[in-house]
Amino acid sequence: MPVLEGAKSTLEARFKASLGAFTLDVDLSLPAKGVTALFGHSGSGKTTLLRCIAGLHKAQGELNVSGEYWQHAEYFLPVHQRPLAYVFQEASLFPHLTVKRNLEYGFKRILPQVRQISFDQAVQWLGLEAMLDRMPDKLSGGERQRVAIARALLTSPRVLLMDEPLAALDHRSKQEILPYLERLHEMLSIPILYVTHSPDEVARLADHLVLLDRGKVIASGSLSETLSRIDLPVLVGEDAGVVIQARVAELDARWHLCRAEFDGGSLWLPGDGLKVNDKIRLRVLARDVSLALDKHEDQSMLNLIPASVVELADNARPGVVLVKLKAQSTHFLSRLTARSVDKLHLIPGKKVWLQVKSVAVLE
Amino acid sequence: MEFDWTPVWLTLKLAGITTFTLMFVGTPIAWWLARTTHWLKQPVAAVVALPLVLPPTVLGFYLLLLLGPQGMVGEITQALGLGTLPFTFAGLVVASVFYSLPFVVQPLQNAFEAQGVRMLEVAATLRASPLDRFLTVAVPLARPGFMTAAVLAFAHTVGEFGVVLMIGGNIPGETKVLSVAIYDHVETLEYEQAHLLAGGMLVFSFTVLLVLYMVNGRLHRSGR
Repeated sequence: MPVLEGAKSTLEARFKASLGAFTLDVDLSLPAKGVTALFGHSGSGKTTLLRCIAGLHKAQGELNVSGEYWQHAEYFLPVHQRPLAYVFQEASLFPHLTVKRNLEYGFKRILPQVRQISFDQAVQWLGLEAMLDRMPDKLSGGERQRVAIARALLTSPRVLLMDEPLAALDHRSKQEILPYLERLHEMLSIPILYVTHSPDEVARLADHLVLLDRGKVIASGSLSETLSRIDLPVLVGEDAGVVIQARVAELDARWHLCRAEFDGGSLWLPGDGLKVNDKIRLRVLARDVSLALDKHEDQSMLNLIPASVVELADNARPGVVLVKLKAQSTHFLSRLTARSVDKLHLIPGKKVWLQVKSVAVLE
Repeated sequence: MEFDWTPVWLTLKLAGITTFTLMFVGTPIAWWLARTTHWLKQPVAAVVALPLVLPPTVLGFYLLLLLGPQGMVGEITQALGLGTLPFTFAGLVVASVFYSLPFVVQPLQNAFEAQGVRMLEVAATLRASPLDRFLTVAVPLARPGFMTAAVLAFAHTVGEFGVVLMIGGNIPGETKVLSVAIYDHVETLEYEQAHLLAGGMLVFSFTVLLVLYMVNGRLHRSGR
């Protein structure tokens, strides 16, 4: 399958911008491929950062993509000369053009020798065959966003910027688009910057996570590493949890289960639709992990994993402690009451058994 | 007595050329007014709107002085060997362009402002240069504004009188347009001729406006 050739080096961005009372002040170096989620509350500056990278907002600073400066002290490459694509939050299709002509808009404006995706490929990838002659106002929200994504890809971008592409959609349309986004992620070898405030989208799509708070980067790192940090206030809410890369090791057809294996152990989970050796992403929430000191063989739950305590944090809410654990190289989080922590005498280095009560398969 | 069509054709020719010229003069002004934050925005907007409040005779008077043999523009046109513009058809076109300018600029400016910037940003990320996105996005999206502007400019030029009298005079086939012809007929008590022209104007103006409102209403309902 053809793949967009991406930047050889990383994307480096340094920006300072003031918009009224808000200040953006970031210094970031991002990986050359994979999805980087820019995550934060509204007002954290994630969209502003994306607009600065696109050149839609003029901020002071520097931007270097694949070793090329798009912006530095005396230089500012205009938006239309930057080989990037931008997917906006709301439907941004040209209302006066058919779907086909919307798709062609960017495609026609790049040199034929730069094109790495053919028109038909983009149409096929996003399942747009049946709607090419329709006008945008005759499409559903989800369909419009699929067209917008295809239109963006047809410019063969070296960077793909997505600003909460699912935020304006209802639940059903979100579920309709997510598989397309997950596939993009496998197919493209360019950096994808994905702005979101949805922990679910981060868990499903991101490889790399940048946390923004009040215009500043408070963390940046690989998804599993960053998600398992217990010192980040944005992440220790109800949805605190880790994402684990796993492989389907065996199937149990009788009970519709599969065993997903990762470094440090394995978990049994619903296995419908999966095949042996499938690579899957598991999301394990801190509230679904409990700890025990001994292994009870008779326990109804299968999912017991030996692990050791790494650190504890009790700064989230009174009476609640977040425990970071490690099973080989895989990290887990567990949310316990302060009383349980006291009863179990949990301290860093202590050996425990992890019980995973629930796990979500993400792809 | 035979009906003299000359003023009718002259009027339509004047309105047609004026409207065509105004599309090129008014569009950049409207675009600039819709997008700029420059301190000159309000002064320029006020100048463009002047013909709305000034008596046409005032506008005509100053244009006459400016374009006349002693005027600044008049001296230039003479130096270029073009003679002077007053009391010529070309002079009428120049005067009409000024006189109908607000009727083109204001609907266009409103149409451009109502679009917002999002579609232009989208076009920019799809590699369209500023001129490209103006022509392929801003102009098509402002289509109802262009229709309104063109129809108003045409109709307003057909209906002008004071400016024509001041700068054009009453030369048959050159500057004697409909409104002036009607005035002539009334002065000489040729009411039958006056009725024909005046009644025709009334029907024409009503029809033009009715069609405009119907078309724009339909465009509006279809969401474009």
